[in-house]
Amino acid sequence: MEQLLSQIFVGLSIGSILLLVALGLTFTFGQMGVINMAHGEFIMAGAYTTYVLQQALGDGATATAFLLAIPVALVVAGTMGLLLEVLLIKRLYGRPLDTLLVTWGVALILQQAARDIFGAQNVEVKSPGWLDGGTTLIGVDVAYNRLFIMALAVAATAGAWYVVSKLKQGRRMRAVMQNRQLAAASGVKTASVDRRTFFLGSGLAGVAGVALTQLGSVGPTLGTNYIIDAFLVVVAGGLGKLRGAVIAAVVLGLCNSLIEYWTEASLAKVIVFALIVAFLQFRPQGIVAQETRGLA
Amino acid sequence: MATGLLCAVGMFATGCAGDDDTTTASSTSGGNTIKVGVLHSLSGTMAISEVSVKDSELLAMEEINAKGGVLGKKLEPVIEDGASDWPTFAEKAQKLISQDKVAATFGGWTSASRKAMLPVFERNKSLLYYPVQYEGLEASPYIFYTGATTNQQIIPALEYLKEQKKTKTIYLVGSDYVFPRTANKEIKAWAKANGMKVLGEEYAPLGSTEFSTIVNKVKAAKPDAIFNTLNGDSNVAFFKQLEGAGLPSSKLPVVSVSVAEDEVRGIGASKVKGQLVAWNYYQTTKGATNDAFVKAYKAKYGQKRVTDDPIEAGYVGVKLWAAAVEKAGSTDPEKVKAASKGLTMDAPEGKVTIDGENQHIYKTARIGVINDKGLIDTVWESKGPIKPDPFLKTYPWAEGL
Repeated sequence: MEQLLSQIFVGLSIGSILLLVALGLTFTFGQMGVINMAHGEFIMAGAYTTYVLQQALGDGATATAFLLAIPVALVVAGTMGLLLEVLLIKRLYGRPLDTLLVTWGVALILQQAARDIFGAQNVEVKSPGWLDGGTTLIGVDVAYNRLFIMALAVAATAGAWYVVSKLKQGRRMRAVMQNRQLAAASGVKTASVDRRTFFLGSGLAGVAGVALTQLGSVGPTLGTNYIIDAFLVVVAGGLGKLRGAVIAAVVLGLCNSLIEYWTEASLAKVIVFALIVAFLQFRPQGIVAQETRGLA
Repeated sequence: MATGLLCAVGMFATGCAGDDDTTTASSTSGGNTIKVGVLHSLSGTMAISEVSVKDSELLAMEEINAKGGVLGKKLEPVIEDGASDWPTFAEKAQKLISQDKVAATFGGWTSASRKAMLPVFERNKSLLYYPVQYEGLEASPYIFYTGATTNQQIIPALEYLKEQKKTKTIYLVGSDYVFPRTANKEIKAWAKANGMKVLGEEYAPLGSTEFSTIVNKVKAAKPDAIFNTLNGDSNVAFFKQLEGAGLPSSKLPVVSVSVAEDEVRGIGASKVKGQLVAWNYYQTTKGATNDAFVKAYKAKYGQKRVTDDPIEAGYVGVKLWAAAVEKAGSTDPEKVKAASKGLTMDAPEGKVTIDGENQHIYKTARIGVINDKGLIDTVWESKGPIKPDPFLKTYPWAEGL
C-alpha cells in the first residue's frame, strides 16, 4: 500500500513536470498551430539561465539565484521566442511543414550555440539548501524538490489560466485563435497578439527549464529529452486546451509511474505510447475537444 | 536527393563541434602527414563523456607531432561526430576508412557504438582503438581495447564489496543497452557463485532522467549496495534523485563503473561524495608520467578540466598505436598488429602491456572513493597489472555466459 502511494506521488510528480514542459506548447502549438521544435531549446535556455545566475551571484546566493532565475528565465526564453516569431515564424503561418523544419533548424543552432558557449559537458546547477532532502507524508517519502516542482506547475498553470481567461490579452488570444479574419476585422491587431502569445508560450518553457535543473543534467540536449513528451501531452489533452493539458499530464504521469512499477522503464514507455495511440484512434480530438460552430 | 538533404542536415547538426581542431579536410594525405580518424559523440547524450576523450586523443597526437611525428610524418586527425547514434558510428567509420584513408581510428564509447563499428573495421581490415571499459566477451582482430574488460574492473569491484564492505545483497541499476545487460549477466553469475544475493535488476532507457520509480523499488528492496552501470547523462539524474529520496552514500553505497571524474563534474561533487567507483586510473594516480599528463591536459584545455580513466585510455591508445607503428616501420594494420604483441609502455596509470592474444591491455584495477572536490581517491588497488581475460576463461562460474 505504501508502495502504491509512493508510486502515485511519483506519478503526480512526473505529471507536474510534463505539465510544466507542455504548458508553453499549449499556447504556441495548441492555440497558434505552430509546431515549434525549438520549444525544447527554450527549456534548455531556462536551465542555463539558472546556471549563469548562480555563477554570477556566487556561492553564497545559490537560493536567491535559483528563485531569481524563474522570472529571468521567463523573460530570456520569452524574448528568444519573440525573436523567433518576428524573424521567422511570422513569415511561415499556414505552412506547418516549413515551420517544423525551420524551427528544428533553429533548435540545432541553439543547441550548438549552447555547446560553444558553455561546452559540450554538462554544467552543475546547485540546489538551494531548502530543496535538499524531504519529509514523510502518510508513509510516503516526499522529496522537497518534487514538491517545489508541483507547486511551480500549479502556479504556472494558474498564471496561464488567469492570463487566458481574465485578461484582455487572453481574450484577444482566444479570439485570434478561433477566427483570425473575424478578429482582425473587429480591430484586433493579430500580429501583435501572435507575438505576445509566442512570448508567453516560450517564456513558460524557460520556467520549466529552471525546475528541471533540480532533477537531471543541464546540458545542450536537455530540451530534446522532453520535447516529445510535451507534444504528447498537448495532443492527448486536446489542442489549445489548458484543462486538457492538465488532465493529460497527470494521467500520463500516473500511467508512466504505475506501469513502470509493475514492469520496467523501457517497457513502460512503450506501453504508454501504445495507449496514447489507441486513445487517439478513438478520440482524435483529445481529452478536451475544441467546441466549434463550424459544420465540420 | 533525400539522402543528400539528410546528410547536409546531419553535417550541419553535428559537424561544428570539432571545427577548431579539424585540419582542413581538403589537404590530401601527401608525403608529410599520416591521417588518423577520431570518432566520438560530440553531440547527443554521450557527448558529456566522449568530448573529453576526443580532447585527450588530440593532445596525444599533438605531443607526438611535437616530437617529430610518427615515421618522420606528422599526424593529421580527421574528426567525425558519431552523435550518440550507433548507425552513425558505423557510417562515419566507413567514411574515415574509404574516403579519408586513415591509418587507424580512435573512437567509440558505448558498447553499442563499438558493436556497430566492429563489422566495418573487420571488413576493411582497418584498426580501431577503443578506449572504454566494457563487458568483455569480445576480441576482434581489428580492435585494440585500451579500457578494462570485466576481470580488470567489475570483478575486482564485486570482490571489494564482498571482502572489504561485507556486502551481502546488491541491486543492479543500468542503462538499457548491451553493456549493462551483459555486465549484469556476469555479475549475477558471479554473485551466485560467491553467495551474494541480487535483489533486483532495473534498466532505464539511455538518456532517461526519471528515476523516482527505480529509486522507490530500490528503497523497498533495501539492498546493502547498488551496482550502477548507467551511462551518460542518466547518472546525473539518478544521483540527484537518489539523494533527494534520502539515500546518500552513507546510507546506501553505490558502486559505479561508468562514473569518472568528468561525470562527477556534471553531477556535482556534493551529490556523489563518498560513493564508490571502479576504474584503472584516476587523476590522483601517483607517478611522474601521470603528473606530466595531467599538467599537459589542463594546460591545453583549462585548469577546470579533469582527467579520468577513459580520457587516459584514449591518450594511451594513440601512444600505443604510434609506438607500434614506429616498431613496425609501417602503418599497415597487419604489421602494426604484429608489432603490438607484448608492446609495453609507461602510461599515466602505470605500466601497460598489450596482450597479443586478445589485443586488450594489462591494467591495474583500482577502487576509488569520490571526495568533496570531485576527485577520486584510491582506496584499494590490485597487486600489479591484471592480465586481460575478456572471455572469463579462468573463472569457473562464467561458463555458459
